[in-house]
Amino acid sequence: MKIMTAIKRVPDYNLRVRPLPDQLQVDLRNVKMSINPFCEIAVEEAVRIKERGIASEVIAVSIGEDACKEQIRVALAIGADRGIFVKTNAEIQPLASAKILYALYRQEQPDLVILGKQSIDGDNNQTGQMLAGLAGLPQGTFASAVTFAEGAVTVTREVDVGLETIKLTLPAVITADLRLNTPRYLTLPNIMRARKKEMTTIALDSLNVDVTPKIELLGVASPTQRQPCTFVNDAVELVDKLTNEARVL
Amino acid sequence: MATLIIADCENNQLAPTTGSVISAAQEIGGDIDLFVSGHDTNDIVSNAQSIAGVRKVWVAEGEEYAHPLAESLTPLVVNLAPQYTHILASASTFGKNLLPRIAAVLDMAVVSDVCKIIAPHVYERYCYAGNILATVKNHSAIQVLTIRTTAFSHAEKKAPSSASTESISSDSINEQSRFMGIETHQSDRPDLTIANTVIAGGRGLGSKENFSIIETLAHKLNAAIGASRAAVDAGYAPNDWQVGQTGKVVAPKLYIAIGISGAIQHTAGMKDSQVIVAINKDADAPIFQAADYGLVADLFKVLPQFIELLAAR
Ligand SMILES: Cc1cc2nc3c(=O)[nH]c(=O)nc-3n(C[C@H](O)[C@H](O)[C@H](O)COP(=O)(O)OP(=O)(O)OC[C@H]3O[C@@H](n4cnc5c(N)ncnc54)[C@H](O)[C@@H]3O)c2cc1C
Repeated sequence: MKIMTAIKRVPDYNLRVRPLPDQLQVDLRNVKMSINPFCEIAVEEAVRIKERGIASEVIAVSIGEDACKEQIRVALAIGADRGIFVKTNAEIQPLASAKILYALYRQEQPDLVILGKQSIDGDNNQTGQMLAGLAGLPQGTFASAVTFAEGAVTVTREVDVGLETIKLTLPAVITADLRLNTPRYLTLPNIMRARKKEMTTIALDSLNVDVTPKIELLGVASPTQRQPCTFVNDAVELVDKLTNEARVL
Repeated sequence: MATLIIADCENNQLAPTTGSVISAAQEIGGDIDLFVSGHDTNDIVSNAQSIAGVRKVWVAEGEEYAHPLAESLTPLVVNLAPQYTHILASASTFGKNLLPRIAAVLDMAVVSDVCKIIAPHVYERYCYAGNILATVKNHSAIQVLTIRTTAFSHAEKKAPSSASTESISSDSINEQSRFMGIETHQSDRPDLTIANTVIAGGRGLGSKENFSIIETLAHKLNAAIGASRAAVDAGYAPNDWQVGQTGKVVAPKLYIAIGISGAIQHTAGMKDSQVIVAINKDADAPIFQAADYGLVADLFKVLPQFIELLAAR
């Protein structure tokens, strides 16, 4: 079995990003960038499936500027076998990402595509489902467990009413939720080994995909701030404030 | 203009947040039709018909729709799509699973988690874990949107059953995906996404047994129970209680965060609550920056007293 994973370069999850003074764009100058946590989980899962002897090859794809190669190297250090870097300076929105991944899907013909369920910059939660729709594949979104038997994959999904289990034929698209696994720490030997692994660069133009953004960003703002917190000394005072001041009890 | 709302019918009933999606559609303007699906849809349909403002209810009934599989529902909605300018669903796991798939087949973009309608093509939404409020204009011919239901009134107005109904089916049979089972946490607490009060516990509770004090407090206040990711990861609480960037978004009148540090990924899911209370033993915990009232204390000392005071009221 061949697995394709997709990874995105995003601001580190510990950061609080802010609007630029012109309020038209987010300020990403001098911001530490990392692999999107959900994508890291997706790669980890693919590598574990390979380590269980179910898959034979794991490919890691990223789309964007040259710097994205750093995140592909992270995926290779986790244990992916080779990288595909789709080079573009254009803004790539979820539908465009899905189209690019679909083009690569047709080239590579993987049995499984694993993505993160959302990226922590746009918080869109769309690309995996869109890829599945374009390719006409079944989808197992928000996965917290994945098992294989007889040409099918069983996916446990974190849904609003609990944990849902569905069975999908292969090939299929899976999107990773947080509790699917805990990604391994990268060891120095693995980081060194990753440097020698194959990484192909593909020019976006060569894929013949329409990536025109359909969504226009008109402006960005910081959410409104609350009044500073009023500290109370004990439960008695808390009940009093909530009853008589906030009137919520 | 005409809006098609794909109603979340999980559990064989109209989700309580449906009213909020209808409110959003009313702000957009134009006719509003509802798409419902299920195995036995009698109750769902009569409920849907009695919501004021609904023109028509499309009904997909059959065993294959007993659970909302995206592979089964997509062809049905794609067939209806050309009649509509807007296709909406709640930004629940149901809507987020389904709408992007439909949109991709239609070659349309999706605006996720819309929290304000500014014009029929212009919306506000949060991104970057709630740190950025973005205003976006969607240039797609059909506007596909998931709605952050806490940002719109969910009070449905009832009307005498006036909406017409029409059944729909599809020639394509879904042989790709099959529902195997669902594990739900039975609880007599109100639904987290529409509750007036939410009591949320974090890693500070220390164990599943200790977490029961959150349940006792929630019971006293007729509140829903929420949890931080750390509390869910540690097994103190089930996954569907998780509040945050990647869990549920809530905006009750009162949110009490207990033993929760207040990471941005958590506050992204509760910062629009009306009144926020934080109880934490660490005076520097970031949760106090998101709170209106703070109590710096050991939760195991103050909660029993808090519960007693509430009982004595
Ligand atoms: C991609 C990503 C997505 C995420 N999504 C979410 C999400 O949706 N929701 C979410 O909640 N988190 C999410 N997280 C995790 C988040 O970053 C935090 O790790 C998490 O919220 C911490 O949970 P906590 O506050 O319960 O635990 P901790 O940060 O460990 O805080 C425990 C708190 O309890 C207090 N405490 C301990 N003992 C006591 C006591 N006896 N009395 C009073 N106070 C006490 C401590 O002072 C501390 O402040 C996400 C993380 C990532 C990377």
